[in-house]
Amino acid sequence: MHLAYPAVLSALLFCTGVYGVLARRNAILVLMSVELMLNAVNLNLVAFDVWLSRTAEETLHSGQALTLFTIAIAAAEIGIGLAIVLAVYRNRGTSDIDKLRDTAEGHESGPDGDAPAAEKAEASA
Amino acid sequence: MTTTTLAVLVPLLPFLGAVAGLLLGRTVPGFVRPLAVLPTLTAFVLAVLVAARQGGDAAVDAATELTPTGSVPVDLALHIDGFAALVAVLVGLVASCVQIYSTGYLRDDPRYPSYAALVSLFTSAMLLVVYSGDLIVLLIGWEVMGICSYFLVGHYWETPEARAASLKAFLVTKLGDVPFLIGLFALATDAGSFRVTRVLDTVAHGGLDHPTVVALLLLAGVAGKSAQFPLHTWLPDAMAGPTPVSALIHAATMVAAGVYFIARLLPVFEASAAAMVVMAVMAAVTMTGSGLAALAQDDIKRVLAYSTIGQLGYMTGALAVGDRGAAVFHLLSHGAFKALLFLAAGVVIHAAGTNSLAAMSRMSGLRDRVPDAYWTMTVALLALAAIPPFSGFFSKESVLGAAEHVTAGHTGHVPAATGWIVLVAGLVTAFLTAAYAARLWLLAFRGHGAQAPDHGRQPLTMTVVLWVLAVPSLALGGLAYRALPDWFDGDDLAPTLTTSVLGTGIALIGGLVTYAAWRHLTGLAARVPLGAVAAHPEGDAGQVEAEAIATHAPAYGDVASAPDPADPGRLLLGPLHRHAAVGFHLDAVYTALFVRPVLAGASLVRFLDREVVETYVRGAGVLPRWFGAAVRRAQTGNVQTYVSALLAGTVVLAVAAVLVATGA
Amino acid sequence: MTFALAAAGPAHPGPSGVPLAAAAHGFLSPTGVEIAFLLVGLLTFGAALVTVTTRQLVHAALWLVVALGGLAVEYLLLTAEFIAWVQVLIYVGSVVVLLLFGLMLTRAPIGRSPDADSGNRWAALTVAAAAAAALIWVVVDAFRTTWIDLDGPAAGSTEVTGASLFQHWVLPFEALSVLLLAALVGAIVLSRKARAEKSSPPVNSRDSADGSPVVPESRNHSSGGHRPTEQEGAR
Repeated sequence: MHLAYPAVLSALLFCTGVYGVLARRNAILVLMSVELMLNAVNLNLVAFDVWLSRTAEETLHSGQALTLFTIAIAAAEIGIGLAIVLAVYRNRGTSDIDKLRDTAEGHESGPDGDAPAAEKAEASA
Repeated sequence: MTTTTLAVLVPLLPFLGAVAGLLLGRTVPGFVRPLAVLPTLTAFVLAVLVAARQGGDAAVDAATELTPTGSVPVDLALHIDGFAALVAVLVGLVASCVQIYSTGYLRDDPRYPSYAALVSLFTSAMLLVVYSGDLIVLLIGWEVMGICSYFLVGHYWETPEARAASLKAFLVTKLGDVPFLIGLFALATDAGSFRVTRVLDTVAHGGLDHPTVVALLLLAGVAGKSAQFPLHTWLPDAMAGPTPVSALIHAATMVAAGVYFIARLLPVFEASAAAMVVMAVMAAVTMTGSGLAALAQDDIKRVLAYSTIGQLGYMTGALAVGDRGAAVFHLLSHGAFKALLFLAAGVVIHAAGTNSLAAMSRMSGLRDRVPDAYWTMTVALLALAAIPPFSGFFSKESVLGAAEHVTAGHTGHVPAATGWIVLVAGLVTAFLTAAYAARLWLLAFRGHGAQAPDHGRQPLTMTVVLWVLAVPSLALGGLAYRALPDWFDGDDLAPTLTTSVLGTGIALIGGLVTYAAWRHLTGLAARVPLGAVAAHPEGDAGQVEAEAIATHAPAYGDVASAPDPADPGRLLLGPLHRHAAVGFHLDAVYTALFVRPVLAGASLVRFLDREVVETYVRGAGVLPRWFGAAVRRAQTGNVQTYVSALLAGTVVLAVAAVLVATGA
Repeated sequence: MTFALAAAGPAHPGPSGVPLAAAAHGFLSPTGVEIAFLLVGLLTFGAALVTVTTRQLVHAALWLVVALGGLAVEYLLLTAEFIAWVQVLIYVGSVVVLLLFGLMLTRAPIGRSPDADSGNRWAALTVAAAAAAALIWVVVDAFRTTWIDLDGPAAGSTEVTGASLFQHWVLPFEALSVLLLAALVGAIVLSRKARAEKSSPPVNSRDSADGSPVVPESRNHSSGGHRPTEQEGAR
């Protein structure tokens, strides 16, 4: 099989994930897009590992090992990510990313007026 | 101790006294007076010792090079010949007298510590100028004197007159110092050294390439320091300073420095006939003009100030005819009697509570209040008017004799014309000098009217020094004119018969004419009441004087003159009086020539800065501000926008990297 | 079992019907595996596109399942069996379920939400398209002729993977377990904090939820009386 096929598919999936990260408003949808990007990388890793194990007779199987690690880390990431999203949602009443603009220029006290409370909650965490 | 060590100590002691006085003035007030008087007194004694050891023999020369200074070396050098030794004695004497006098004069002045320290520094600088054998070291003393005179003239800085006068003194002398500096450099470049001895050697061997230029440049600096026409205008205004400072500046230090400098480098000036003629004309204009102006002044100190200018004109005249012995002789005797005149004038002002001659002429019994000042001032005025046998007679006759000598064409390197100029101007000035001296004496001590106020006896410190200074005023000339040629160049300083008879006769005529005019007007004085006295007659002399100066302009309409119809000077001068009172409008000319253009230029620069440059500056700020506003707008706080920009940049960079890697 | 794709027509140098041989495959000479890969790939890509574009949030999660499952099939096609099953177990089995829980816990609207995409969409599209173009160009340029020989023993069988993992990668594997533990603890801490916060009066969040007109939840839910803190309590 041509290596170009999985590589191109991986690239496409990755860019789809990029689009999702950049364009989605809901934080959980952004997390889903991140999963897509991770999987695109995984596909790449697997494809190149298979190719190298045959052509270069590489027995380390680093690609697949890294894929497994990535999957595990992705699971951890999704857990933590969701916990953060939930914390933000509890504090702000929203999980929309473009409403979290505390770093904006000229930002004095959160747009909803509850930024100090949120910061206090985060500081106590 | 060797003579060199002694000579080094002479300027060093007052300097250390000044430093110590400045440091300890606030913390240990009890030390201020000893620190002011003792170093100066010691320096005087040492200067006498140095003079005794030098004894008019070959000059003492010592030099040490502190550090290499490039192509033209600068040495710490001493060059003590007869001139230096004797002038240093005079400086030490006058400075000691002034310091002692000041302890009484500024008894209650809160700024006395800094004042005394500055006087010490001033003295030290002058002694440095006198002893220095290197022109750069001399220049240092020269400039230190300039700044000290600025501070001392502005001692009563609360009054606008004092502020203006100090600034004027500083600026006008600096105006001369700029060409002076250039002249020094030109001289040193021609001679290859700043050492006085080396310069004189070069001149003696005709090694000077541009004698006229150098001499004229140096002459400008001398005119500024020694208050010669046309840079003399600061001196009358400098009367706004305390009287002891006036005495110091006028008698021994600042103004004497210029004359002394020419005397030291006279061969340089003699190398250029043009410079000598210019000097003679300058001296002539200075002495006659100042004599006329002195006759019209109302402030007793301004009369003395103009007389100083005139006497300096004599010295410059003597130098213009190539006789530096006569010039320094007159410098010495003038230093003694002019210091006496000023110090006595300070006593008189304190006693009378006013500095106005018009007001004094309406007081009777002033001479009984201050007998010391009366008698010593009489002696000094006779010396000033060159009446034999007072010291001024001998020194002035030596000047006139030298001029007469030149008119006969006996000397090769000085044009006879300079001799005639100096001689005629000197005789005219002798008349004027006698006239204003007589006027001053008559108005101050022969007044009619109310009794002079009684403030008790003057402090002993102020009266004793008057008698100390009266001795040389009385006797220096007669005793010294035979001995001095040994110290100087050897030229005869004895008065010649022609000039003596002529000069003394003219002086007597001047005095008598003034007396006649005064007699004629005495009745008038009683009819026109005029006078203003200080508000605090019980204060120390410095305070009385400051108040007198401050009230003169409000009371009489002008700092210089008073509308007194009984003034004999007014009768003698006739229509000239109005012009003479304001120094022949020279200040107005300066205002028109320099001050107004400078002010106009300043306002132009101000306009350019405010309206043009500022606009550009503000314009330069607008673009970054807009840019900053744009960048501000980019900071939306939306993380997705940031990441978009980040990734876009990454893509661009990656593509660029690929293109570069593939060589596209 | 070889035939040319019509779309690939002029580009492929190899004649159709040539059996697989190490040296004979040119650019785009499809084998059966390739066709299967291509079809599943298209499905995966399509599912991914729907995931990032759909306006229904729950549908996005379900389409994500399709995309991840398709990827598992691709792993199988690449003979990486173990990875494929792990993918199914972890991603399809747990991650997506977690995401769905997350959607529910943040009370994401069921049904179409018109504001699922932010205003950043066009910039995102540009960046993504540019990145895709650059990546595909580079990848195709680099690996145009590279061939993966899929015959022989599976490259990613459980045995092979296990051997390599526990021979060469055992130390990172153990480190990873620590990381997972840390993630577990972190997630619990983040969740526990919410419970601790329940004791504090929820006035701020209540006020902000009421006072802010742009919060979609309070608008889209008929049961708007529910507050995040009450939601926590219900959980």
